[in-house]
Amino acid sequence: MKLLAFASRNRKEILRDPLNVVFGIGFPLVILLLLSAIQANIPVELFIIKNLIPGIAVFGLSFIALFSGMLIAKDRSTSFLMRLFTAPLTATDYILGYTLWLLPLALVQCTICFIAAFFLGLPVSVNVLLAIILLIPTAILFIGIGLLAGTIFNDKQVGSICGALLTNLSAWLSGTWFDLSLVGGWFKRVAYALPFAHAVDASRAAIVGDYASILPHLWWVIGYAVVIMVIAVIVFKKKMSSDKV
Amino acid sequence: MIAIQTANLTKKYKGKTAVNSLNLSIEKGELFALLGVNGAGKTTTIKMLSCLVTPTSGDATLLGDSIVTNSYAVKEKINVSPQETAVARNLSVKENLVLIAKIYGCDKKAADMKMKEMLSTFDLMDVSKDKAKTLSGGMQRRLSIAMALISNPQILFLDEPTLGLDVIARRELWSAIEKLKGKITIILTTHYMEEAEALSDRIGIMAKGKLKAIGTATELMAKMNAKTLEDAFISLATEEEVER
Repeated sequence: MKLLAFASRNRKEILRDPLNVVFGIGFPLVILLLLSAIQANIPVELFIIKNLIPGIAVFGLSFIALFSGMLIAKDRSTSFLMRLFTAPLTATDYILGYTLWLLPLALVQCTICFIAAFFLGLPVSVNVLLAIILLIPTAILFIGIGLLAGTIFNDKQVGSICGALLTNLSAWLSGTWFDLSLVGGWFKRVAYALPFAHAVDASRAAIVGDYASILPHLWWVIGYAVVIMVIAVIVFKKKMSSDKV
Repeated sequence: MIAIQTANLTKKYKGKTAVNSLNLSIEKGELFALLGVNGAGKTTTIKMLSCLVTPTSGDATLLGDSIVTNSYAVKEKINVSPQETAVARNLSVKENLVLIAKIYGCDKKAADMKMKEMLSTFDLMDVSKDKAKTLSGGMQRRLSIAMALISNPQILFLDEPTLGLDVIARRELWSAIEKLKGKITIILTTHYMEEAEALSDRIGIMAKGKLKAIGTATELMAKMNAKTLEDAFISLATEEEVER
């Protein structure tokens, strides 16, 4: 009951902020439409809808880190979290309360992107469902990044780090805007040392039914998601018991 | 019956002593005001007593439970209205109250009932559907205190509850706090002498982390041979400087 009440409050806080809705759902859709329009005029292999939509979905998910990070950072800066820390709640209540609603929210966000993609010519198939499911570790990764950023930084810093840096980093290094092989060299190596390109490639493989190529990419994302989430939980718990909330 | 008993309660931050061997006893139902200049140790004391900050040494028992060894039990008996209003910005007044009631273990029916009671007590009925972020400073303070009271705490900490409020909002809040006198134990920190004098049963004056004096406003004025509480406070606060 306590946990659900807290989780429900966090869901309302996120969904009632119009900027969250605009950036989390509206912005990825605008990019999707824009790149599809470019593709319609100047055909580019990368912007064919089956190649484009996984990247847009991952880009959209990066905003989840911004949502959760901003919520926690604002709760800290307004002392709301301090008020909650005087309540009989456990560390698990806080962490699950902050993250529980974000996963369904991320799935809804992905689904909206894929539904829009159907209208732009993506074939309706069971592989799309698989592609959405495969994005769950990516969603958890971004939720973890948000939890970590919100625990460490203030709301302005979270806005810069998650809103500007992370969204751009995940977009540029995911192979969505351009083929990473075109740059090649260290840039491609860095991109594939990070999880974003792997998340896009796993989802792309699912869409075209290339099931054998999914797992090698997915393990990277799962690995990053687990490590970041564990670090986020440790840091949050440490913050709870520290003198400075 | 004693509600709060501290024993050499001390907090040090990187060698700097914020609260120094605080020994304090507060009766059940008492409204106790902690006065002090910035950095005197008032907020750190409140944070330790409300289990937000772990003491460096010493302990305190709140209605029999230690803040060091049994903080969860302490948290069930207390509530805090922090210095900042600390409300959920995008939730309505009603939703804020229900949220806190549920976090303290109420089911939906009980939470709704308590919410209505708080709306009525704190005259928040007209703004019950308004989002907290749209309320005036005074209204947010009222909501903050209502949120602290909805859990029926036995001990309530009010950390500078009237900070930044205009005269009318302050007086309205005083009236709300006065209604609570005798019903629950209240620890109030404030910078305003007249607030401490008007509301509290006893006053503790802190300076540089130490409790310099304790007593009623009249007792403190008599002790320092001062005409006003402010004069007594200044004498006590500057006494430390002379000692150093």
